[in-house]
Amino acid sequence: MVELDIEDVCFSYPSRDILKDVEFKAEQGEILGIIGQNGCGKTTLLKCINSTLSPKKGIVTVDGKAVESMTKKEIARNMGFVMQTTSTTFPFTVYETVMMGRYSRQDALDTEKEEDTRIVYQALQDTGTLKFADRDIDELSGGERRRVMIARALVQEPDILLLDEPTLHLDINHQFDLMDLITKLSREKGMLIVIVTHDLVLAARYCDRVIAIEHGEIAAMGPTRDVLTTENMRRIFDIEAEVNEDPRVGLNVTILGKSKADSEKDRQRAAS
Amino acid sequence: MSEIKDYEGIQEFRKKARRKAVMAVGGTALFFVVAFLLCMCFGNYVMSPSEVFNGIFGIGDAGIVQIARNVRLPRVLCAALVGAALSVAGLTMQSLFKNPMASPTVLGISHGASFGASMAISFGIGAGVFGTYSTSVMAFVFCFITMALVYAIARTRYGISTVTLLLSGVAVGAFFNGLVSLVQYVADDDALQEIVFWTMGSFNKCNWDSVPVALIPILLGIVMTVLINRELNMVSAGEEQAANMGVNVRNIRIIAIVATSLCVAGSVAVSGTIGFVGLIIPHVFRMLVGPNHRLLIPLCIFGGAAFLMIMDTIAKAGFEMSFPVGVLTSLLGAPFFIYILKTRKKEVWE
Repeated sequence: MVELDIEDVCFSYPSRDILKDVEFKAEQGEILGIIGQNGCGKTTLLKCINSTLSPKKGIVTVDGKAVESMTKKEIARNMGFVMQTTSTTFPFTVYETVMMGRYSRQDALDTEKEEDTRIVYQALQDTGTLKFADRDIDELSGGERRRVMIARALVQEPDILLLDEPTLHLDINHQFDLMDLITKLSREKGMLIVIVTHDLVLAARYCDRVIAIEHGEIAAMGPTRDVLTTENMRRIFDIEAEVNEDPRVGLNVTILGKSKADSEKDRQRAAS
Repeated sequence: MSEIKDYEGIQEFRKKARRKAVMAVGGTALFFVVAFLLCMCFGNYVMSPSEVFNGIFGIGDAGIVQIARNVRLPRVLCAALVGAALSVAGLTMQSLFKNPMASPTVLGISHGASFGASMAISFGIGAGVFGTYSTSVMAFVFCFITMALVYAIARTRYGISTVTLLLSGVAVGAFFNGLVSLVQYVADDDALQEIVFWTMGSFNKCNWDSVPVALIPILLGIVMTVLINRELNMVSAGEEQAANMGVNVRNIRIIAIVATSLCVAGSVAVSGTIGFVGLIIPHVFRMLVGPNHRLLIPLCIFGGAAFLMIMDTIAKAGFEMSFPVGVLTSLLGAPFFIYILKTRKKEVWE
């Protein structure tokens, strides 16, 4: 039973504060969405969780152990991180790319073992990328590449998967495929999945719990239906939205447009 | 080509990849052996292969023994060592900077090493402690300083852009070049001649004393590079991603810079600055077999060694007059540099 505990995390760049007193817990088998507008500190929060950035204050623990005190390999065994972008300067094959994820499970001078190949195979199978295994990564489309990156995080065999805008730049079809894959991973493998996204429609449909971040602070937190309310949308995102339960899809957010109050404010600002 | 559908498909793909790797490394190693023999045969005096063998083992005419054993063999060995070292150094730098244009000359590292070495040559700095190795040690120290400097200047929070990388290489290289000129200006005639000869890059002065001077740092550098081959793969695909997968990027960066400095320093100490080998060789092999260091390192060792041995033999015996091999590699390398810029725009600039 894995438990991720974020306690009182603050982070700032020299010029400005990014995160202020962020505090939450998350457990195995849940999909946790972190939502917020551009520049609100969502990605920074993910990077603080896996210790890419060190928080100025506060602590992140996995099963009671501080992430900051772990070695890089130990962190990688605990959590996989799928970033927004992939470099393709030197195009490795998909198989080689995914095999890299085994690094944290191998000793210093290990070579690929039969077991590693099996695990890579399974991850390729799970993410539907097996048929590309022999292709170079730069020959794939954005959606295919994203799935390969998830496969690579999976072979680390982590309990926690951190995803930074996994559906960004994907067409609507691939967005659903990807979110279905993520749901499957959490339900079947019992992984804790933390998704950073600004897509409210997908967050409503797929997340068990949601944390809304505004200016680096938690503005609302709880089960998805309690957070994604018409009122919160207006307050946090300046968005008019209709939220209803649809028996076909579950929680359904229909975005109507920018808030009236907000455009009023804009006009006033323009006038002055 | 059939699609991979099951575990057998993966096994098949791996087998094919392994076969390709064995063939590539085997082929290049064979090419190296042939090139070695040919280079031993050609020179001012052309020897037959049997004369070469006999000469190396000290059989037959004393003159031929002398040429084969004490003139040609150490020279060819040095050329092989330097070729391998510069290629591996170029490879490591390209991966570290995630840029196919990086190489010791392009980024001014060789100029830094030149300055260190010319200090040792003209002022005897370090001679008291390191003896014959003072040139290598000084070259290494300045190599390391230059590379760390270029890396620090080029690196920003958002990664390394080609423009800043090349420009910081140009700037740092120009600075050390200026310092070399200064040393030349104040040096006495003997030292001056040696420095000038040596900035052109040549194996003319290589003898058995040079072999260990090159061998020790180069061997160390290459072994270090081999040990981090997996991490280099991951870093070349993105530092932050590598860190997410458990690589201690900072340590790898330091090891890579030290390994490269050792390789370049060993090379510069015996042959001066020979340009563009570290650009051409890794690039060609990467185009042939892909970016995996497990495969690229042995290929660069054999291929780079063969390439520089052949270049040196051509420069020495291919024309009416012999000239420094550095001139030849620059004449070849600069157009190649332009060729990469023109044809691989996407990889270079993104």
